[in-house]
Amino acid sequence: MSQTVPPVLSVHPSRSLVDEKLKVLVENLPPGSPVTLHSLHRSEDEHYWEAYGHYVSDHRGIVSVAEDLSVGGTYTGIESMGLLWSMRPVPGSRKGLRLRKMNVRSPMLFNISVYNGLITEGFREQTPLASALIERWYMAPGVQRIDIREKGVRGTLFIPPGPGPFPGLLDMWGGGGGLLEYRSSLLASRGFASFALEYFNSGELESAELEFSYFENAFSIVKDHPQVIPDKIGIFGLSLGSIMTVYLAAESTIVKPLCCVCVSASHFYPPGKNLHGVFEVMTMNSHMIRVDENGHHAWRDMGLEIIKEPSNRINVEKINCPMLLVNGLDDQNWPSVECADEIAQIMSAAGKGDLVTRLHYPDTGHLIEPPFSPHFRATKFKTATGKQKVIMLWGGQTKPHSDAQEDSWRKILSFLQHHLYSRETPKARM
Amino acid sequence: MQRHQSRRRRRRPNRLKRNVSKLFASPLQHTFDLSAEFRMDRKQYCVKLSVQPSRGLVDEKFIVLVQNVSPGFQMTIHALHKCEDGHSYEAFAHYTANATGTVNVSEDPSLGGTYSGVEQMGLLWSLRPVPGTKPGLRLRKVNVQTPMEVTISVYQGHQTEGFMDQVPLVGVLVERWYMAPRVRRIPITENGLTATLFLPSGLGPFPGLLDLWGGEGKLIEYRAALLASHGIACLTLDYLTPEITMETGKMVDSQYIETAYRVLEQHPQVLGSRIAMLGLSLGASVTLKMAVYSQVMKLRCVVCISGCHVQPIDGFLEELLNFCRINSETKTRINEEDQVIYHDLLLPIPTDPALKVDVGRLQCPLLLVVGEDDQNWPAYESAIDMKEMMEKAGNSHLLTVLSYPNAGHLIEPPYTPHTLATAFLSVTSVKKVMALWGGETVAHSRAQEDAWRKTLAFLRENLYGSSNCGF
Repeated sequence: MSQTVPPVLSVHPSRSLVDEKLKVLVENLPPGSPVTLHSLHRSEDEHYWEAYGHYVSDHRGIVSVAEDLSVGGTYTGIESMGLLWSMRPVPGSRKGLRLRKMNVRSPMLFNISVYNGLITEGFREQTPLASALIERWYMAPGVQRIDIREKGVRGTLFIPPGPGPFPGLLDMWGGGGGLLEYRSSLLASRGFASFALEYFNSGELESAELEFSYFENAFSIVKDHPQVIPDKIGIFGLSLGSIMTVYLAAESTIVKPLCCVCVSASHFYPPGKNLHGVFEVMTMNSHMIRVDENGHHAWRDMGLEIIKEPSNRINVEKINCPMLLVNGLDDQNWPSVECADEIAQIMSAAGKGDLVTRLHYPDTGHLIEPPFSPHFRATKFKTATGKQKVIMLWGGQTKPHSDAQEDSWRKILSFLQHHLYSRETPKARM
Repeated sequence: MQRHQSRRRRRRPNRLKRNVSKLFASPLQHTFDLSAEFRMDRKQYCVKLSVQPSRGLVDEKFIVLVQNVSPGFQMTIHALHKCEDGHSYEAFAHYTANATGTVNVSEDPSLGGTYSGVEQMGLLWSLRPVPGTKPGLRLRKVNVQTPMEVTISVYQGHQTEGFMDQVPLVGVLVERWYMAPRVRRIPITENGLTATLFLPSGLGPFPGLLDLWGGEGKLIEYRAALLASHGIACLTLDYLTPEITMETGKMVDSQYIETAYRVLEQHPQVLGSRIAMLGLSLGASVTLKMAVYSQVMKLRCVVCISGCHVQPIDGFLEELLNFCRINSETKTRINEEDQVIYHDLLLPIPTDPALKVDVGRLQCPLLLVVGEDDQNWPAYESAIDMKEMMEKAGNSHLLTVLSYPNAGHLIEPPYTPHTLATAFLSVTSVKKVMALWGGETVAHSRAQEDAWRKTLAFLRENLYGSSNCGF
């Protein structure tokens, strides 16, 4: 049995929320020792994801990821969270994978290890010098998770711990459909009662909730909950979800959000139609979808064509609440930057320019998610109308996209905090 | 200057009829009063409270931050814990918000409560049974695989009682874990042992440690679980009330301890040449005996907390307990509060070498942790004598003494609430007494924190270091 002195690997905190930072420290190494720090995650759908960085220990035999330079690997430079955001499927994995936590009541487990030498592959065949397991949670202790099946509306409501009442959020994801809870549970962990809404199942357009009233009912469910403050509700939407957000804010006579967050937004919505109309227009223009040399579908050009049609535009000048528009400048799925430009322009012209706040990030794609989650440039996607899966190009380069996720999340929370938690009562508009 | 807050709009009356209780599944439903009428008039709904990390190891610090109140706002921050046996513990402190409307417990002073001054972890170490609880309780986690849950809340004003009859402004739930993720808990029953092994997460191999508790017996797991969370494979051993003693009525002999050592030494995930031993109180007596006299055990280092080297050299547990029992007939003191002081049982420190462990023969580093206000065991006097013996024998370079004024006998992992006296049934008596442990809360809590940090450093240095001892 080997009796050599083992190095000590510690990761703090060992249990954290997914938007919290980690301190990864290796001690007791020989000075000037080249090592590889590695992270491994086995997803719920049983794929493996990994990241690694190359380091050299200092004269005390220490490597501190938060302070030292990674000189190679899936990330370089001083990157305290590189072992998480630069993760990608291990070699040999299927193409087009995406990492999303479906069961938020359990944590994501990551195995952090330190290996001797500068390694780039074959981690599984080697024995690390030391390893530690950490938990990353989308739900803080005490957050309540409530299944909602009410007024025909389906989704999950997350309530922060404490007596409440709390400001509320209606949270909508995009055209992939299904019920994604992780952003809502994280928002509840940050003090907002958040309702993750399911409005259609991927690929099943026939079952889709298409009527405007569905979304208005969803908003009311949040508003009427005894632990939610009825006049402090916002809407959070990404992609297709942000189309609904903009539409609700502009057109609904029932729904009065106090503020909206739109990630990768669009302001296109065929007038007088329900959600079905949105998909119809896309189908009509599907010849404009560009397929790149890798076989990836980029919808950006199709989107540009669609938004040229003025009758497709939502009357954003009718919006009366603060809007935070978050965009990636390398969004290949939708011309969301151009849309955000137009929204800002139109609202400015209507004297409401001060309601719009914009965040746009270079080399960032369409899927701007909570921080430290891996970047996906292209993933398998089942379109609402198509029966087959395609590989959808979202855009973005890993490092800038991850920086954007980290920065935008902080600013989104700050925006929501300011509008939904502020002590000042909002001034009435004249 | 307090700014008058505009009233929040009153809720519509029909909300009161809504049956809220069935919607909530979390433990907090029992903590907070859900009746709507209390919520209507609260002016400070927007108070933000965060505790980071919300899930921490029991020896990790947290930061309690209150934001978004008006400058000068007076508040009480309250901690509530309901332990496994159903008793509730609470702590509270009074704060006044600064000019930015913030209170940061790690930077701002408490103006009163169960602790005062700047005390980052005061909400934990000053926990005490809620009013009306029977005396003599001790807060100890039995199931280490689940976390301690503590509810931290903010109440308006500087309050000292009646917290359970009010709804706080805001509250969060904090988890405190004895086990890091994937630390493995393995019950050990082979070879007649009653023990539990905790293995750190990862492949190992890891240095090992044998962990012994005191005169109450039973199998206590939490310290071993915590040490395993720090990378040490830790075996906690019941040597006073193991299965074999309960069945036969006979105390174990030293071979029982050596068997436990062997289990560790031979474990494929333990570095056999890097094993330490740690004992508290009676456990420290056993530890010293084994460290000096065992031919089988080759220890890398030894830690004795609130221990004493006075015991008959011949024999083992039976003889030691008899020695204590005999002395207890004449040397037990009882104070005005009817609390029993066993401190004098082993005093005066004998000069007869047959009555104390010959620490001059020790060949590995020894760390002694001593509370100078220990009312249960003469740890301080013993430490002085041990130092003298080792100086005479020429091995005092192996000795480190951590001696804490106003700390008592029960020096536990950090932030464990201090208990002055508890209902205690030792294996030598037939009835429970109120044993006095000693210590003043603030000093004792500081001692726990300092001693733990230094114990971990001592273990790290000796278990991971490359220096060899004299064997």
